[in-house]
Amino acid sequence: MVDTFVIPLLKIVIVLNATLVGVTYMVLLERKVIAWAQSRLGPMRVGPYGILQPVADAVKLMIKEDITPVRADKWLFTAAPIISMVPALIVYAVIPFGSEVSLFGRQVTLYITDINVGLLYVVSVASVGVYGIILAGYASNSKYPLLASLRASAQLISYEVAVTLTLVSVVVMAGSLSMVQIVNAQYNSHVWFVFAQPVAFVLVLIGGLAETNRAPFDLPEAEQELTGGFHTEYSGMRFALFFLAEYANMIVVSSVVTTLFLGGWLPPFPNVAAFGFLYYVPSWAWFLLKSFVFLYLFIWIRATLPRYRYDQLMNLGWKVLIPIAIANLVVTGIVRVLLL
Amino acid sequence: MQPPAVHHGAMFDTDELVINMGPQHPSTHGVLRVVLRLDGEKVVNADVVIGYLHRGIEKLSENRNWTQIILLTDRMDYVAAATSNVGYCETVEKLLSLEVPRRARYVRTILCELQRIASHCLWIGTHAMDIGAMTVFLYAFRERELILDLFEEYCGARLTYNSMRIGGLPLEIPPGWDKKVLEFCKIMDSKIDEYETLLTHNRIWLERTKGVGVIGGPEAVALGMCGPALRGSGVPRDVRKDEPYAAYDEMEFDVPIGTAGDTYDRYLVRIEEFRQSLRIIRQATQGIPEGPIVGKVPRLIKPPAGETYHAIESPKGELGYFIVSDGKSTNPYRFRVRPPSFCNLQALPRLVRGHLVADVVALIGSIDIVLGEVDR
Repeated sequence: MVDTFVIPLLKIVIVLNATLVGVTYMVLLERKVIAWAQSRLGPMRVGPYGILQPVADAVKLMIKEDITPVRADKWLFTAAPIISMVPALIVYAVIPFGSEVSLFGRQVTLYITDINVGLLYVVSVASVGVYGIILAGYASNSKYPLLASLRASAQLISYEVAVTLTLVSVVVMAGSLSMVQIVNAQYNSHVWFVFAQPVAFVLVLIGGLAETNRAPFDLPEAEQELTGGFHTEYSGMRFALFFLAEYANMIVVSSVVTTLFLGGWLPPFPNVAAFGFLYYVPSWAWFLLKSFVFLYLFIWIRATLPRYRYDQLMNLGWKVLIPIAIANLVVTGIVRVLLL
Repeated sequence: MQPPAVHHGAMFDTDELVINMGPQHPSTHGVLRVVLRLDGEKVVNADVVIGYLHRGIEKLSENRNWTQIILLTDRMDYVAAATSNVGYCETVEKLLSLEVPRRARYVRTILCELQRIASHCLWIGTHAMDIGAMTVFLYAFRERELILDLFEEYCGARLTYNSMRIGGLPLEIPPGWDKKVLEFCKIMDSKIDEYETLLTHNRIWLERTKGVGVIGGPEAVALGMCGPALRGSGVPRDVRKDEPYAAYDEMEFDVPIGTAGDTYDRYLVRIEEFRQSLRIIRQATQGIPEGPIVGKVPRLIKPPAGETYHAIESPKGELGYFIVSDGKSTNPYRFRVRPPSFCNLQALPRLVRGHLVADVVALIGSIDIVLGEVDR
């Protein structure tokens, strides 16, 4: 009873809450880091150094008037933010935040579940999130959001294929789709997959930026062109859901990249006895640290790069990423067959 | 405006999408309204609608005395007020056949070039922001702030300076001001490199600007384009060189020109203008002659009957004033401005045709307009 019901439920509650808090502080982190990059201070007013800014933001968004345009498709307009937010949260079910820990004499795994098609689950659920954007643009019955949703669909087909093909080569390396098994495979093969699969790593990183609609691929929102894009007509909490979904997706992508390429919860040099002291740092701390590196990278990129045009993104996806992904997969397969 | 065209295809009929960009839009640099006709995201045609910031400056000027008009010229190109001031004052001086002391002409040159850098800072910031590079905006504003501080020290204002008088300058430069200007030049040198690091060789920047909005020299001339937008197309027309005013005939500087006439070349031209402006400022600041700052201006300014046209090179291009005096009253009989932004803006429909929505904002940025000047 406790193992099958209470503990998983507790884990779900903890992960959901931690994610939402993490997401709001992600927003603050982004504002701070970008401000520092731009020689500004960022939020400074709410709390010391602005650390209570997320609270103020959340309160503001919740008490704002929620407007549905008269000519909008009411059902889809309401559903779109939910379709965007829910996949971003349920992906966390399979992400291994750490190995086992013992709590009150009970061995507890630091992931909600470990299904044997974990990676497939991540990829498929994450791509559902894009429907939120497409439907939001369509349901708003407004021209700029419509253009944004066209862009979102164009973007989806450009990078999704490349990313999924690339992930296959990781699966070939690990021999499993389970996220936990992939980490274990990195332990057993004595090398993080970022060194074994550098090309795949870069491809997934680029694809991850596109997946989360982050700069330089933030075409569907493109404030300067489409005045906010798909969420132009949204306000209050519904807008906040899109916003939170974007940041939740950022954390998902960082976590997935960490799991697949940086050995997840493993410390550096997991098999070298001389570095055994690194095991004193808890596994979840390593995981968070590695994920944080990627989150920081995403913010850094946003502060640095201009935005792609959407035909250029499609060119990049179809003419560069997909051929490289296929070549990488073929080479990985050949090497794998020859070595085993 | 005609209704959207319907294209009859083999399987589906497709409509053109008419989309209204502005007057409230983050990237139209003020209250510009562009009515775009789109095929997908491709621009089939664009109508530029102006007039949202019309304040009747030309008509107002015909009812003000000659000195009061200087204030109104501030409000035209409000990000480059000093050059507007200089242009107007020189036009009236030409009407009066007034000799301006050399010291005043030197200070005018310095102020004009500082203004050009400030205006280009605003341009590079907003242009890069339109294309999605948000950091350049803050960097450029940081340096613009230094220039505004210099202006504040000189004339007390930070935006609308009223910094010229007919026949010379209103104020002597404050002691030590020239040193601060030179210090600013030193800072600015490295900052231009900083902008270039972020943009010039950036792959995404290149892809977004190269080959976008290509216009050849003759066509640009035919459309009445001027300033950096024209020089980007390879036409070496610069009023500072061709018809020197202020102290430009004593300055050494180059006029950078582009080759391809695309957005990237217009960008490079302005980046090089930053450097040339610094060169001019250095020469002028180090060589400010002693002497009076105001010429022999009559107590009551009442130019003899006649008309004149005088143009200067504002940061946006050729800013010309056409003024008719009837010789009897203390205000102009006719006051007409040839604003560079207005003339460049009429090239916009030609430039955006066939490009995507994302390029429209890049092109609005690349011709560098100020709506205060377009609508007057």
